[in-house]
Amino acid sequence: MISNEPAITPELIAEHGLKPDEYERLIKLIGRAPSFTELGIFSAMWNEHCSYKSSKIHLRTLPTKAPWVIQGPGENAGIIDIGYGQAVVFKMESHNHPSYIEPYQGAATGVGGILRDVFTMGARPIACLNALSFGDPNHPKTRALVGGVVAGIGGYGNSFGVPTVGGEVRFHRRYDGNCLVNAMAVGLADADKIFYSAASGIGMPVVYLGSKTGRDGIHGASMASAEFGADAEEKRPTVQVGDPFSEKLLLEACLEIMAKGCVIAIQDMGAAGLTCSAVEMGAKGDLGVTLDLDKVPCRETGMSAYEMMLSESQERMLMVLKPEKEKEAEAIFRKWGLDFAVVGETTPTRHFIVKHGGAVMADLPIKELGDEAPVYDRPFVETPKQPVIDAASVKPPMPIADALEKLIGLPDLCSKRWVWEQYDHVILGNTVQRPGGDSAVVRVNDGPKALALTSDVTPRYCEADPFEGGKQAVAEAWRNLTAVGARPLALTDNLNFGNPERPEIMGQLVGCIGGIGEAARALDFPIVSGNVSLYNETNGQAILPTPTIGGVGLVDEFTKSMTLAFKATNEAILLIGDTRGWLGQSLYLRDICGHEEGAPPPVDLATEKRNGDFVRGLIRDGLASAVHDISDGGLLVALAEMAMASGIGAVLEAPPGVPAHAFWFGEDQGRYVMTVRSDAVADVIRLAELGLVPIRRLGATGGRVLAIAGERPLPVEDLKGRFEAWLPSYIAGEA
Amino acid sequence: MKSAVIVFPGINRERDMARALKLISGRAPAMLWHADRELPPGTDLVVIPGGFSYGDYLRCGAIAARAPIMDAVRAFAQKGGLVLAVCNGFQIVCEAGLLPGVLMRNAQLRFICRDVYLRVERSDTPFTRGYNAGQVIRVPVAHGEGNYIADGETIARLEGEGRVLFRYASPDGMVDPNWNHNGAMNGIAGIINDRGNVLGMMPHPENHVEAAMGRTDGRGLFAGLVDHFKLAA
Repeated sequence: MISNEPAITPELIAEHGLKPDEYERLIKLIGRAPSFTELGIFSAMWNEHCSYKSSKIHLRTLPTKAPWVIQGPGENAGIIDIGYGQAVVFKMESHNHPSYIEPYQGAATGVGGILRDVFTMGARPIACLNALSFGDPNHPKTRALVGGVVAGIGGYGNSFGVPTVGGEVRFHRRYDGNCLVNAMAVGLADADKIFYSAASGIGMPVVYLGSKTGRDGIHGASMASAEFGADAEEKRPTVQVGDPFSEKLLLEACLEIMAKGCVIAIQDMGAAGLTCSAVEMGAKGDLGVTLDLDKVPCRETGMSAYEMMLSESQERMLMVLKPEKEKEAEAIFRKWGLDFAVVGETTPTRHFIVKHGGAVMADLPIKELGDEAPVYDRPFVETPKQPVIDAASVKPPMPIADALEKLIGLPDLCSKRWVWEQYDHVILGNTVQRPGGDSAVVRVNDGPKALALTSDVTPRYCEADPFEGGKQAVAEAWRNLTAVGARPLALTDNLNFGNPERPEIMGQLVGCIGGIGEAARALDFPIVSGNVSLYNETNGQAILPTPTIGGVGLVDEFTKSMTLAFKATNEAILLIGDTRGWLGQSLYLRDICGHEEGAPPPVDLATEKRNGDFVRGLIRDGLASAVHDISDGGLLVALAEMAMASGIGAVLEAPPGVPAHAFWFGEDQGRYVMTVRSDAVADVIRLAELGLVPIRRLGATGGRVLAIAGERPLPVEDLKGRFEAWLPSYIAGEA
Repeated sequence: MKSAVIVFPGINRERDMARALKLISGRAPAMLWHADRELPPGTDLVVIPGGFSYGDYLRCGAIAARAPIMDAVRAFAQKGGLVLAVCNGFQIVCEAGLLPGVLMRNAQLRFICRDVYLRVERSDTPFTRGYNAGQVIRVPVAHGEGNYIADGETIARLEGEGRVLFRYASPDGMVDPNWNHNGAMNGIAGIINDRGNVLGMMPHPENHVEAAMGRTDGRGLFAGLVDHFKLAA
């Protein structure tokens, strides 16, 4: 590539993604023109991905605190206290752009990156989740993307040795040109042994750990900060290559040096590699850092300073070491077969100095690199409100039974078994609830506690009404955690949007963040970490706004977590929450009636909380035998899922008042369906009435068919066949 | 029962295995590193757990089979010591020549993690004495390369000498291609060597050992081994 530093020209500046006014700002900061290496460093620090320049002022409005929050946003991951000295470290992060260009490696390194974010803080990863959005199944790229992304996630997580226990998969034509791969990792640490990235002490050795540096992934973060044009595939060299084997070694080596007390500060090398990690450690610690690139372990010869500073080679860490522990730490890394090299030191100057071949290639003020990154209050327009659709005006085109059969066999509602069976979801021996339920449940060590984990968002709601959609994403995550009996504790948000320089896209971002904040405050469900992925746009076509919410909840006794499968015959089926029959933006309206329109269902947060707290109480008191939240597809889809998970049927009746198709398929929020032993029904109904929680008896479990009053009976086995059929046959090229 | 778990770089089910051994035998196993050269004195059982030794970057198990510790494992097996090799462990002992045959890519060319049903073929071995012959157990698999293949003569010998201990089967114990997720010949899930002291198997009995976690079908294997050593003592 480039060995001699080229002259700085307007074209070169533009290639680095810096706008003319941003370059002016740079000149003003350093008082001179930058060197080529310095220009690269600035472009790495000031791109959207690293600087959050378009989202920062809005993200500041989010609630991030609670008594149980140890660390909110701003570190590698968020941390919450789960009692008895244990802490949970978690974050979700996108790897959208690389996954579209190179699905296997893009997705694999997404998993690798988020795992490093968690173990760099001293936590052992105990679970992963993945939220995936793909284009229309009939789009020529979609099938290969699904296969590649799923194989990449499995290939990395399975080899690393962490169970992948949950997530979501959706399809929509608006993801045709930009798939989304949002990976979440969850780790467990001792609350008093958490490691941070702020350096401290002057003259402390800065140590490079892990794999060697190569020329892969140069400008990865900048690539992820721009939209795609027709040349997307030419960007393949910016995608990194993952090595889960090295990552597993790096995990064990890092945890070992941490346990031995060698570490002052540690930071993984993710986006913008050596640049970002060194600058963050120095800037957070109010110190300068000097790096000598001649000491950096390289995979290839002749790498320039520019290349080394911008490489995104994977499985690397930067650490500030306690000097007296150097021998011990090095021996540990050698035992694990990993590189260990002192590459620099901390200084009192607050300058970031990069030396290579005896020359100073960069000398920049370290605080300004991060703190003085541009921040934009970009203009935005609010998304126009859509009309509320009156259920009575929607003519059902087919009988209820036919609609159910069709819905559960469609890409968005069908079983995702083909995906999660490619992920090792049982390794570590703590998976209490496997994929397929409302939340995954993972035991904490030997128990009795367990974590409930989920990821949720309904992009079509966000598109129609960003504020309500943002609220709904948080509420649904909270509801899914509640449905397994967990107390929701905190969330991580992964905000995926189009080009923020377009006011209507910015309006989506602002609206969704507003809704997320309102719901998080009302539900006492703070945001502790997150990631923003903008410019998910190809040839001017943006994705649906997709603010993925990763939720974490606590189950006090793992043996009492609740599942959605019917447990026995002759149990009462109860519906919790109000049903108006909201068809706007429902899957029924979209996939059965062929209209993607209307206002999405509103979320009343006080009702949400009241209904959820009631359900959690019933689970705690052993009164519920099965619980399922009601979301995509509505009540009847939820009931079908409970039946299919158990093989037990049900006899069901819709009440008068709401049109039957709207009752069964409406997507009103804040609702759950549960079963209760027949001798407990009266108690449960009385408790609901005392708590002013709407409750209605729908019927009873039993038999082998779903028997809906006035409809043809549906054998559960047939439903299951349809539910399981679509994805495997699609992948085989038959659907 | 004194057991030793061999850990190669990239092995990742060693904690699951150690937990199961401790839970059922009451004694935590010794954890040995690939670069070690000796087993602890008095070792009763050597366990090679699952994972991706050396990243599985060559052929699964090929590099581990040549690691320093494997000389000690071979010598231990030659003296009749019991070796349990699970998943990547099975691949390693095949590569090391302790068992015949090879584990190829799953017939569907995908990694598969799910519970499978195994028919226990014999109960008169130290590994299966905790089960009844013909019993069906349910345990998880998690592998991309578990498709057992050997030449016709080897298969005939294995079958003729009763060396297939576990076979993929339907829940009611029928060997059926629909219940053989990886395409292994004759539904072979686990075999022993001619001396009967080395067992290689793809499924993970160590992941189904706790009642509180839902299933205990894997417990019999470890409980049987504990009994075996109790009787021997």
